[in-house]
Amino acid sequence: MKFCVCIKQVPDVAAHVQTGRMVLNAYDASAVEAALQLTEAHGGTVHLVLAGPDAAKETIRKALAMGADEATHLVTASDMDSYAVSSLLAEHFEDGDYDVILTGKQSQDTDAGLAGSMLAEHLGRVYATNAVGLAVEGENTLLVTRQGDAGQEIIALPTPCLVTCSNDMNDPRIPSLKGIMASKKKPLNVQAVTPGPGRSELHDTQAPPERKPGIRIDGEPAEQASHLVHLLQDEAGVL
Amino acid sequence: MNTILVAAAVQDGRLKRSTFEVMARAREVAAETGSEVVAAVLHPTARDLAPDLMRHGAVRVYVVEDPVFDRHVNVPVIDALERVVKAALPRLVVAPSTEAFKDVMGALAVRLGAGALPDVSEFGVDGDSVVAVRPVMAAKMLARVSSREPLVLVSVRSGSYEASASPVEGEIVPVDFSCDAGTLRQTLREVLSSGDGEVDLSEARVVVAAGRGIRDEAGRDLVLELADATGAAIGASRAVVETGLFPATAQIGQTGKVVAPDLYFAVGISGAIQHVAGMVNSRVIVAINKDPDAPIFDYATYGIVGDAFKVLPPLIEALRDAGKT
Repeated sequence: MKFCVCIKQVPDVAAHVQTGRMVLNAYDASAVEAALQLTEAHGGTVHLVLAGPDAAKETIRKALAMGADEATHLVTASDMDSYAVSSLLAEHFEDGDYDVILTGKQSQDTDAGLAGSMLAEHLGRVYATNAVGLAVEGENTLLVTRQGDAGQEIIALPTPCLVTCSNDMNDPRIPSLKGIMASKKKPLNVQAVTPGPGRSELHDTQAPPERKPGIRIDGEPAEQASHLVHLLQDEAGVL
Repeated sequence: MNTILVAAAVQDGRLKRSTFEVMARAREVAAETGSEVVAAVLHPTARDLAPDLMRHGAVRVYVVEDPVFDRHVNVPVIDALERVVKAALPRLVVAPSTEAFKDVMGALAVRLGAGALPDVSEFGVDGDSVVAVRPVMAAKMLARVSSREPLVLVSVRSGSYEASASPVEGEIVPVDFSCDAGTLRQTLREVLSSGDGEVDLSEARVVVAAGRGIRDEAGRDLVLELADATGAAIGASRAVVETGLFPATAQIGQTGKVVAPDLYFAVGISGAIQHVAGMVNSRVIVAINKDPDAPIFDYATYGIVGDAFKVLPPLIEALRDAGKT
């Protein structure tokens, strides 16, 4: 099968102190890993597409070093909302014949989780979101395990289709030195693009109000227990 | 602003509490803007759920009845909600931020030419536009966002608003819909449900969540007992879900469920930012951890530095005693 994985470069939100370091979105890394595992087992190719600034090249190289075959970089310095990104990607996919489009279930900076299903709707593809498992069945069916509200849903999707991946699906491989060397020779198609308008407006971002400092309860376990129960009853009123 | 449509969340044949939280806020926004609140419910016997929506202020309940809605399949949900929106002509569509709604929100927004403000913790109307606040950067920052389109879809994190009843004489509006299984290109083969009969995490007033400090079955038994003593739902960090001690449906965090109960017990949870993103809006947070430097104590209302295996037995006893009085 021919896979294309949509990837994004994002700030490293996992760090407790923001350093400005940019990384491959963790959910997208799981999507790349899933595509690599499926093509290693069943044959096929893994393509990548990233829409973002010139500096995002570094992230494309990382995903190529993991083992993807080739990549397209849609270069734009504009800020895009989910709709603008999905429209841009939809144009990119107009002349592709990918059996499966994969992407992360959301990006770890905005946590919007819209672009995947927006892209599927633009392209008229069947899709599944929040996949925690992915398997190929026969010639043209993908078996998706999706984490739903009350359990895991097993969905058979015929290709062409689109799936958004959770990071609970796998542990993405760390690129090997050989992979890193090989990535430098892999085809990288660079196109300057101008995204269309988005449908939402970001006004500002602020730190949330500070939480009141907590109370530390000391003593022996039995004392701690009765002290806590009193606080929960009398101060917090939650029991 | 004329009509606000609430898309109800149904699980196991009943309306989720988060539906009523969204209804309560929708009524406030409607009062401010001279609008009316209507609801949509998709279920094989949706009509039966209408009275409960009217009790929470829906003047019209659009019911879409088809056997396909017994379980979640995205295509018919998108088709049905499109029909309801075309019938009800709302300016604002609001839904609880469930996995089911997250699955369809982007596609529905494209289909309807609507703006989408997902997973918000607050929403309202400012002049002509719908504005919302959404946690971003793993809930370390709050973004103020609005839509550029006149029709707006908003999904709301559970626990963001208080549910309250406000009965009205409503009307049931049946929406003509039938799903032809033959034209559905996807097949839902099976649903592996976990934890039948347990308290639903996203609904619970009290959550007991376990982390890596709960390292074995004995630890899990203590966590289950603490949950039993407090009538709590059971949650877990990603690390402890990976050990297999707790099911994936229990996972709380940036990946997994976002909860905001009145009382949250974090037991043996270090407080990685991805976990905190899923529980930081809980009203009262109790942290129990051996490591005095664990980041979870930065968020705790009450912190106990200690081994969960030593702290939990007397705590469970004290809570059971308190429950008796």
